[in-house]
Amino acid sequence: MIFNIARKELKSVFSTPMGWVILSLILFVFGYYYYEGVDQYFQVMSGSMRPEERKGVTEFVGQNLFGIGSFVMLFAVPLLTMRLISEERRNQTLAFLFSAPLSLTEIVVGKFVGLVAFLSILILFVFLMMASLNLWAEIDYGYIFANLAGLWLLLASFAALGIYVSSLTQQPVIAAIITFIVLFGLLMLDNLLAASQNEGLAYVSLMRHFQPFSRGLINTGDIAYFILFITTFLTLTIRRLDADRLRG
Amino acid sequence: MNTTITVEASQLTRLYGGRKAVNDVSFNLSKGEVLGFLGPNGAGKSTTMKMLTGNLAPSEGSVKICGIDMMENPKEAKALIGYLPETPPLYKELTVDEFLTVAARLHRVSSNHIKNAVQNAKERCGLTEMSKRLIENLSKGYQQRVGIAQAIIHNPMVVILDEPTVGLDPIQIRDIRALIKELGNDHSVILSTHILPEVEMVCDRVQIIHKGQLVFNGAIEMLKQQRQGNKLLIGLHQPPSDLNALKLEGITQIESLDNGLIRIHHLADESPAEAIVRAAVQNNWGLHQINPDQTSLEEVFVSLTYQEQTLQD
Repeated sequence: MIFNIARKELKSVFSTPMGWVILSLILFVFGYYYYEGVDQYFQVMSGSMRPEERKGVTEFVGQNLFGIGSFVMLFAVPLLTMRLISEERRNQTLAFLFSAPLSLTEIVVGKFVGLVAFLSILILFVFLMMASLNLWAEIDYGYIFANLAGLWLLLASFAALGIYVSSLTQQPVIAAIITFIVLFGLLMLDNLLAASQNEGLAYVSLMRHFQPFSRGLINTGDIAYFILFITTFLTLTIRRLDADRLRG
Repeated sequence: MNTTITVEASQLTRLYGGRKAVNDVSFNLSKGEVLGFLGPNGAGKSTTMKMLTGNLAPSEGSVKICGIDMMENPKEAKALIGYLPETPPLYKELTVDEFLTVAARLHRVSSNHIKNAVQNAKERCGLTEMSKRLIENLSKGYQQRVGIAQAIIHNPMVVILDEPTVGLDPIQIRDIRALIKELGNDHSVILSTHILPEVEMVCDRVQIIHKGQLVFNGAIEMLKQQRQGNKLLIGLHQPPSDLNALKLEGITQIESLDNGLIRIHHLADESPAEAIVRAAVQNNWGLHQINPDQTSLEEVFVSLTYQEQTLQD
């Protein structure tokens, strides 16, 4: 059932221009940074760098690509999540899902899985770009997979938060703006609090848990953080929809 | 089989911030019955239907669909219901075929029956030519039909339709009414409407709800009886100068109406129609019309809802 709802969401994304436009724009940006990375590698590395300062091509291009990845998706994910529930609420199609033999968990998780499937298409393209370096260089697959896993978890967390915000309002645009602001805040929390001694709050920052991945480090603590983040917001969404049924 | 109870609502109550939108509504519905839900705007029809379909949790009371409690086993109960809300819930970016396939899948139609189910639903709702059209581009009437198709696609035991004929043209209305009658043969149907003749045409039973309370619950015949009353309307070309000449056996009162007709009140079960015709021929009154004087359904409706109001005051 979760799978059926995910399928329906994917179909909806691709039957509007929205899905295609976002997909092509993001791929354009990724492609551009990938190209830039490869191009600059030779310029930078053939220069007067001392041998111990040289980096592998995977790391050099990867930094470029994954660095921009999280930033671009900060804008893209809110645009994708904004419609998920708010538009159903506005068009009164939620009744369709509520009166089908589905639990609220199945509805919410289904929508989440559908969106993550869409985002995985992007991740797959990023992987293909990086893997194409293998044609003329030995590449560091471990580094790539750590980065991909990090990006994937980060995007899934974005999506979970976006779905929750979308369930709070009837206006997709408002959902997008709020999601963007909250995500931006969560990413930057680390930077904003850099000077202060408030470790507890900085620990909540998404960036703090994403950075180890981008250095190629997979840490179970960080994975647990992302999974907790996702579960929390999906649970809140389920509760929000249940309140619809109880309070009307 | 006719006695199988499909819907059992007991003491449904729904509060909206302390105001009772639906107050202590109980009824049963058997298999093969079409139940009409009548009521003025804001009476609580839609709220009741939302509770029956599990879209809204009742503040008190319970709903059972074929013996399955909606609160305890919502999935099993919902699988037996097809529901068309007030605004048909349509994903407008999909085509009719795509949407109905999604609906069939979500209602657990097994994957090798989906094609048949979609085809069947389209045929029943007259949508076969619209298969490849985007729902967005369909007219309101066709969208309404897609809404009905989505509600019957999994062949549910109970079909609940909230104002199914709103926005349709007269021919479509006739088709939809025929469809509802057909559905009523092997499913239970609940439909809400504020078009009174519609109830008379398609429903076996009627419930009138007013200010959240059931004020009438019975077979359509009971409503018809209420409206017939014990009155005859006759038209004479040469009426006798003294109207009391009409006072035959069983007649209690005679009124002369402004439009030249005469209204006769008679005792229950003693229609004097035959005697009047005979007298009219004998005395050459020129009888050109004789009818049972029916109060319109609207009047019955108003009197029922009004009664309730005076009781409360």
